[in-house]
Amino acid sequence: MQHHDQTKVERAAQALRWNIVEMVGPNQKGHLGGSLSIADVVAALYFSKMRHDPQNPTWPDRDRFILSKGHVALVQYAALAECGYFSKREFAKLKTLGSMLQGHPDIKRTPGIEANTGSLGQGLSIACGMAAGLKMDGRKSRVYCVVGDGEIAEGQIWEAAMAASHYKLDNVVAILDRNCLQATGPIVKRFNTNPLVEKWQAFGWHVAETDGNNVAAVLGALDDLDEVVGKPKILIAHTVKGAGLPFAENNAAFHNGSMTTEQFEVARQILCAQAAV
Amino acid sequence: MKVQNLREAYGRTLVELGNENPNVVVLEGDLGKSTMSCYFEDAFPKRFFEMGIAEANMTSFAGGLALTGKIPFTNSFAAFAAGRSYDQIRQGICLPNLNVKIVGSSAGLSDYGDGSTHQTVEDIAIMRAIPNLTVLVPADAIETRKMTRAMAAHHGPVYMRVTRTDLPDVSGEDDEFVIGKPYQIRDGKDVVIFAIGAMVAKALDAADLLTAKGLSARVVNVSSLKPVDEAALRELAQGMRGVITAEEHSVIGGLASVITYALRKTGLPVECVGIEDRFGQSAENCEILLKEYGLTSKHIADAALSVAGTSHA
Repeated sequence: MQHHDQTKVERAAQALRWNIVEMVGPNQKGHLGGSLSIADVVAALYFSKMRHDPQNPTWPDRDRFILSKGHVALVQYAALAECGYFSKREFAKLKTLGSMLQGHPDIKRTPGIEANTGSLGQGLSIACGMAAGLKMDGRKSRVYCVVGDGEIAEGQIWEAAMAASHYKLDNVVAILDRNCLQATGPIVKRFNTNPLVEKWQAFGWHVAETDGNNVAAVLGALDDLDEVVGKPKILIAHTVKGAGLPFAENNAAFHNGSMTTEQFEVARQILCAQAAV
Repeated sequence: MKVQNLREAYGRTLVELGNENPNVVVLEGDLGKSTMSCYFEDAFPKRFFEMGIAEANMTSFAGGLALTGKIPFTNSFAAFAAGRSYDQIRQGICLPNLNVKIVGSSAGLSDYGDGSTHQTVEDIAIMRAIPNLTVLVPADAIETRKMTRAMAAHHGPVYMRVTRTDLPDVSGEDDEFVIGKPYQIRDGKDVVIFAIGAMVAKALDAADLLTAKGLSARVVNVSSLKPVDEAALRELAQGMRGVITAEEHSVIGGLASVITYALRKTGLPVECVGIEDRFGQSAENCEILLKEYGLTSKHIADAALSVAGTSHA
């Protein structure tokens, strides 16, 4: 079993949250809710679980991370900068003309990005193709792919699900950000994508569930998935949209919303105080 | 002229490429016996991916393979390869400029029996408008073989449109094929006919018809629609009384657009032979369809006479 420094990862998760909040800034729209819900999972991957080298982003044997729900690019930018792929000075240029930090992930612009995503439903297919290529080359790399629980309404997700089990791509680990909110409200009310476990099992996947905002639980669940062979795996990460910021938690308005100056200061107090502990 | 099948030429060339380069992999959307990717499947089963009837996933999956250094060729009918997978080609392949080769088979009206759902009047227009994407249309089996090799050698995304129909050879085994170059295949001094795909052979027939009417026609195969050497196109049109485009595709967004744009400052009159903004339909054979849609050598010759200011007599 892989050794994990849980405290380090927990601190990293809070640092990612502050990076996200700082990148967006007060009175500016940004995809805060979905970035914050998956922050603990992203921290667990980049700061402990994945084999990767910020000094050598194209190392062939690295594990890959694909953000199929590309609109929460903020959380990946936060992690990449925190790891040292690029300077945090880039945060101030987010979504400005010529910036390396585009509105959605772009491999041509940003070191450490593995796929262009944004039009939802495509990332899992890209992850599966990548996994197939890595297997052909005999590499041990794993491909982690974060998909949204709203995103899985896209039919292509299920095409990819069938392909992954047909080709027994056990080097694919999908992580479903189960925050229960799509852009316009609760998923069960707006467009119900349930049931989840039964669907993925029926498509031939190994399904695990965890508290996606608990670093120890996430790391344990990811380790357990390493032991599963012969089929693709999905970790349903039960999360809270906007996790870590009380004013944003479970609030669909923060799918792509803006913080007031007061909310921004509250966020600073919560996140910077925790990071300093 | 020898008549050969372009899909057959493509499928055989894929196997040659498979022998030469272990990174060449092939993906298929359950149409391998039509697209002729079946030869590659037989030769290299471990480098062949049957992706089921799921073109969107096939296309993005190919992007993933390209990101690990493979050279994937995706195969389906053009209606699905270009149409169904437009968004996947756009975001997952062309935006990151990945090394994926998309082959749209049974294109144009050539799948005559299946009708409008399986025929493409607009695939070139859609594909040409996507940045970074190279768009190619072979005119015969000989060119198809060279083009398939050029696609594999080129680093970046390519769309190749292949007809279902057997076509007469219009090029020679020793002719070169370089992406971006238009190729003159018959010289003439009064008008120039720019043609693609199945219409190249018809343009040569039209040139014979025009000779009988005292008009000398140059015929040019514009098999590279993007990129294309626009200066070369202008040079080929220089001194002509008129220009004709001929394509088995809508007059919107295909060859007509390429040529009128390239020649926009020349003041030369242009006539466009193509499909007038309508869908295809089923028919007994392809020739009947081509006639219905105004895509015969007679239509090209009439357009040439019109553009050259000569009466139809």
